[in-house]
Amino acid sequence: MYLLDRPEDIPPRLTNRLNLRIAILGAVVVAAIATVLLRLWSLQILDGQHYRAMAKDHGILDVRVHPPRGEILDRSGRVLVENRTVMTLQLRPSDLPSDKSERRRELAKLGDLLGLSQPEIHQRVRATPQYAGYPVVLKQGLDRRLLFYFLENKESFPGVSVDRTYVRRYPDGSLAAHVLGQVGQISPHQLTRPQYKTLRPGDVIGQAGVEYTYDKFLRGTAGAERIQVDALGRPRGTLGHRPPQAGDNLRLTLDSGVQETGETALRDKGLPGAFVAMNVHTGAILGMGSYPTFDPSFYTRPHTKAQYDAFGNQPGDPLVDRADQGGYPTGSAFKPITATAALQDGLITPSTIFDDTGSLDIGGLVVHNAGGAANGPIDMSTALQVSSDVYFFNLGLHASASGNGGQIQDWAFKYGLGRKPQIDVPDATAGLIPTPAWRNRVFHSHKNPYIDRPWNQGDNVNLAVGQGDVMVTPLQLARAYAALANGGALVRPHVGGSIVNIRGQTVRKIHPAPQRHLRISSETRNVILEGLHRAADEPGGTSYAVMGSFPIPVAGKTGTAERQGQEDQSWYSVIAPYPNPQIVVTVTVERGGFGAETAAPMARAILERYFNQHGGGVDTAAAHAAGPG
Amino acid sequence: MEAAKPSFTIAPQRSRLLEVLNLRNLDPILLFASIGLIAFSVFTLASSTQHEIAADSNYFVVRQALYGVLGIVLMIAVSRIDYTRLRELRVGIYAFMVGSIAFVFLVGTAVRGSNRWIEFPLFQFQPSELAKVLLCVSLAAFIYERLRRPFGIRTTLWLLAVGLLPAALVFLQPDLGTGIVLVAIALTILFVSGIPWQHFAAIVAAGALLAGGVYLAGSAVGVQFLHGYQEDRLTAFLHPSEDPQDASYQVTQSKIAIGSGEVSGRGDDATQTELLFLPERHTDFIYAVIGERFGFTGAALVILLYALLFWRGLRVMRISTSFYGVMIAGGIVAMLAFQAIVNVGMNLGLMPVTGITLPLISYGGSSVLGTFLALGLLQAIHAQSRAHSFRSY
Repeated sequence: MYLLDRPEDIPPRLTNRLNLRIAILGAVVVAAIATVLLRLWSLQILDGQHYRAMAKDHGILDVRVHPPRGEILDRSGRVLVENRTVMTLQLRPSDLPSDKSERRRELAKLGDLLGLSQPEIHQRVRATPQYAGYPVVLKQGLDRRLLFYFLENKESFPGVSVDRTYVRRYPDGSLAAHVLGQVGQISPHQLTRPQYKTLRPGDVIGQAGVEYTYDKFLRGTAGAERIQVDALGRPRGTLGHRPPQAGDNLRLTLDSGVQETGETALRDKGLPGAFVAMNVHTGAILGMGSYPTFDPSFYTRPHTKAQYDAFGNQPGDPLVDRADQGGYPTGSAFKPITATAALQDGLITPSTIFDDTGSLDIGGLVVHNAGGAANGPIDMSTALQVSSDVYFFNLGLHASASGNGGQIQDWAFKYGLGRKPQIDVPDATAGLIPTPAWRNRVFHSHKNPYIDRPWNQGDNVNLAVGQGDVMVTPLQLARAYAALANGGALVRPHVGGSIVNIRGQTVRKIHPAPQRHLRISSETRNVILEGLHRAADEPGGTSYAVMGSFPIPVAGKTGTAERQGQEDQSWYSVIAPYPNPQIVVTVTVERGGFGAETAAPMARAILERYFNQHGGGVDTAAAHAAGPG
Repeated sequence: MEAAKPSFTIAPQRSRLLEVLNLRNLDPILLFASIGLIAFSVFTLASSTQHEIAADSNYFVVRQALYGVLGIVLMIAVSRIDYTRLRELRVGIYAFMVGSIAFVFLVGTAVRGSNRWIEFPLFQFQPSELAKVLLCVSLAAFIYERLRRPFGIRTTLWLLAVGLLPAALVFLQPDLGTGIVLVAIALTILFVSGIPWQHFAAIVAAGALLAGGVYLAGSAVGVQFLHGYQEDRLTAFLHPSEDPQDASYQVTQSKIAIGSGEVSGRGDDATQTELLFLPERHTDFIYAVIGERFGFTGAALVILLYALLFWRGLRVMRISTSFYGVMIAGGIVAMLAFQAIVNVGMNLGLMPVTGITLPLISYGGSSVLGTFLALGLLQAIHAQSRAHSFRSY
């Protein structure tokens, strides 16, 4: 077969065959062009808006701008917590190169520059919750040399950012560390809570103390910066900016002088303990401290999980705030509560006399006064002055014998013991006021080896003098004494005083109303306060040796509580001035021995500091508090 | 230059310049489409590659313009050649083509893992771009020599072997895109040459079976005939991803770029391009740059210019006075149309990413010069057919 007869010389005859094939070629081209044009039409005209929107969203990065957190001040405006800006190097592991060897190279370079070993970096990455681009803080406080190096070589460190961040600074070191608490990155779990719904991973919130309680005021509002970034994540300019709003300042009721005196006294003694100093009318805490204590600036630096754990597990449990979390038997410091129950519920009258022979037989078991002293026939006031155990054992017996037998427990609960104290510092404990029902339940459950028998009369006798299973925190005892002192108002203790915005205006005053008013007759109050006053100011009183020389009349009660397996717990709770008190001071020291020996001198030092600052201290609040009941 | 002579005698009144440039016998519409495309390329590069190379914001523009001017000169020069005489050089041309492709294996410069370039003192050259044109010229010549002899299955097989050898070598470089273009050229020339329908159908069927069979058999015994990245690119448009190195990411970005151009384009707000979301902005994905920046208006204009080009190319086939010219023109139309359609299709997400450039629009000296060489041949065929038709009237 021949395609052409004479191909060279003749023009190609446009045979049907060639025509057809050129036509087919043309048809294919036309069809292809039509397809392309249709597709172009579909992408640009039909779906154009959709793609335009996608392109506009592309490469827009909203960067959160953290606000400076509010400062925390003491009652006179002295700064207790402020901010410091530091340049922080953060790593977002999700933005690291996906190639393994590249990633390893980048981390090695980072480690060299920051002086961190590879295991340290990995540990830090692992210690930070990993989700939704959580940044890992690798170094805080970059020096200028490193700062400029990272800014200039941004592109060779994908996933690394250098940001200005605020870090808490504590000018007074560990002063009031437990009350102030600390801040930290919000945890994934916290993010799910409604009060944090506007926050994002990487935001910092208060995690303990007043930083936690007043977080919503201190926190401020994050600003935002909308940045255009290119395909490699390099910033190409700012599209918008919403400045952050600084948090409000928190002014506390704490008095730095009182706080410092209390902490120094505890530290000098070197034994675990706590103190509370509180306005008896308002519940405003003037000082509240616990020993051993800790340095809150630990939390401003990046640490591994192991380091955090080690910090929390130091000997002596310095993170525990013994002032509101340490529950101890109070010993005789409990007696005013027993006295209130006995007088108010009519077990005795103020003039009822018991003959204190030095010991008492309760159903075959003979109990003695501490030291075996015999005080002879005495009334309530004297029993408080000399802290007669026999007198109060009798009250315990009376309470047990009279019907329901729960008068002491009822009044303890009314005074706020065995219940959460409703203070604005988180995690305060309820302590324990033992009841027959409680003891029998625990005994029958066999869960506590120390509760080895059901409730009996002896337990009530023990409770009457603050012994046995009873557990009270210094804060609770101070609150109970305050209620007695002010005529029955069970105040809500608070360390927050007011919220002040950055322009210095007070936006909120914190003065919570008393939780309830106890019905304590003025006769009951006066008898008990008189007893406590005589204990401090009359020879023969339990704290006369310490308080007798104090220029301002006071009413105070010592406590020396026996504890299983260790030396006695030393307590002193004092209200001043007598008879129109302003302040209550409660001090407890573990293994401190007699209340008058260890706790009382500390309370005296705190009172001295308080009254020195307040010029002899009879102010209007005290004068008008004279007459309740 | 025997064939060109008549134009001198017939139009003595024309100016010398026009005669030297042979403009009288060029196809003006084809010329307009070619210059329009290269101009659009320079315009696009000028408006979109200012930030690509910090030290020299006009790097791509200046070079592409230079390639364009050189290309136009080359095209006009080639249009004056008596292309029919190239037939006599068919063995030399074919040997040179195969040799230059083989040469890159020995001294070629690796660009992203494949040898495609030959380094010269002042420039690099990509022999496969030239090979496309040389294949048209030489394969058409081999077929032409066979036309007067009986045309059986053995002839078809021989021509098929001649036509597919360069493609096979290019596949090995490995350059999948150019290889496919060479196959398209060879098959189109065979188709146009008039080989029997049955032969052509058998070739296409065998090719499909072979490709599929080799691929499946290879996978079965664990041998990979395609490099990993080639397979990824070919199959990527089926499953989009976020990895910027990934072919489907490229196609996604390309579609967003083109779609966001809407009717009139985004001009300097062309963020897909400006913020580098689009890969290969001046070469493989330049069509997406046009789509985003100039919208449907610009993107359709490019298609229209190509349509003009193909139409004139097909018309050259019809008016050619030599069957050799018909076959060369067929190969050239196939080469340009195939590259343009596949590249645009890739930008639009219709076709896999194969690394085929957009003729005259994509940046690149070898590609631009090779294309103008092809266009010069088309013009030469056009010029001679006009001369013939003048003589016959």
